[in-house]
Amino acid sequence: MAPILDPMVGRYLHLDIEGVAHRLYFEEAGPKSGGGIPLVCLHTAGADSRQYRHLLADPEITSRFRVLAFDMPWHGKSTPPDGWQRGEYRLTTQSYTETIRAFCQAMELDRPVVMGCSIGGRIVLNLAIAHAKEFRALIALEAADFQQPWYDTEWLYRPDVHGGEVCAALVSGLIAPQSPPAHRHETLWMYMQGGPGVFKGDLYFYRVDGDLREKVKAIDTSACPLYLLTGEYDFSCTPEDTLRTASQIPGARVQVMKEVGHFPMSENPAKFREYILPVLARISG
Amino acid sequence: MTPADRFARLPELLPTDADLVRRGRWLSVACRIDVGDEPFHLNVREGLLAGFERGNRLMRSTTFTFRATVEAWTHHWKRVPEPGWHDLFALTKRGAASMEGDLRPFLQNLQYFKDLLALPRRLPESA
Repeated sequence: MAPILDPMVGRYLHLDIEGVAHRLYFEEAGPKSGGGIPLVCLHTAGADSRQYRHLLADPEITSRFRVLAFDMPWHGKSTPPDGWQRGEYRLTTQSYTETIRAFCQAMELDRPVVMGCSIGGRIVLNLAIAHAKEFRALIALEAADFQQPWYDTEWLYRPDVHGGEVCAALVSGLIAPQSPPAHRHETLWMYMQGGPGVFKGDLYFYRVDGDLREKVKAIDTSACPLYLLTGEYDFSCTPEDTLRTASQIPGARVQVMKEVGHFPMSENPAKFREYILPVLARISG
Repeated sequence: MTPADRFARLPELLPTDADLVRRGRWLSVACRIDVGDEPFHLNVREGLLAGFERGNRLMRSTTFTFRATVEAWTHHWKRVPEPGWHDLFALTKRGAASMEGDLRPFLQNLQYFKDLLALPRRLPESA
């Protein structure tokens, strides 16, 4: 019997980010030439690119898009830079923005679409603010200009609490009760596997450095279309947060997803597909 | 049946979930759960309820307390809770619940407590 293989292929990319050498892991599927539109996918805080495995294996999407999903530095199979042991990881608006731009440039992507979730959604808003002309379209999942914190991140990285277990348990409540158990627990497993302090370091960007209130008003959707989609069970980035953000951006298209939480692409791939296919169809024309 | 009456069924619900008991095997703690104005004193030993008392107890020590309004528990214990009522932290974020005391055992065993406090969902809605 022939082996049963997923269609995506994983590689490691060597590149400099803000002058520091990195080795990033990414997966891709879909046509590299012949009209395949590059679609770069950004995972949530403390997780990795496996969240997009269903999208990467969807022929209806990969027939039109070259889908690429990379593990951010410190996440998944992307190792931290040399000397990581001497400090605590902390993501900033600038380092996150430059990571995405460096990946797109190193991969020689021509005006890609970028879709990000949670912190990935927030940084997509920053791409729309600061670098809109570099992108064909931007899709922000579970995104807002700001969200009210709902727990103390100090609990995420200390020796008396298992980091993986507490990270997963905290975010478990962001998954919709209707999401299939297998997908729920696969989503949580990725959180359990995160490196020590990485989720906390990502949330520095989310909570402290990446406040985009007022700044989103500068987004020009005629330069780059912007789509916002948020699950109704996401109480971290609530539909109200997203709607408030969208209301400040003329031309932004916004959708609230029923029976979906904070991890649409991994917690309920079939349901997410219903919402994202029309968006991608619109972008691909 | 009031939400407090539903929670009072916890001692019969927990032993039916062997996996939850297994996940709590490292946990032994005395804690308090308030359903509106009604306190419940839980004595968890190795994931099982060694003690479960309803009502006020004079000068009873407890490691931590989690309390929520009757409205919050009513929504939380629906078989499929509505958005914003479906998780303990969704309740605290909306101001319908709070926690205090030494939260370390709570955070060390967070999924256990989330699942423990969701057990009344398994009772019939009309119960």
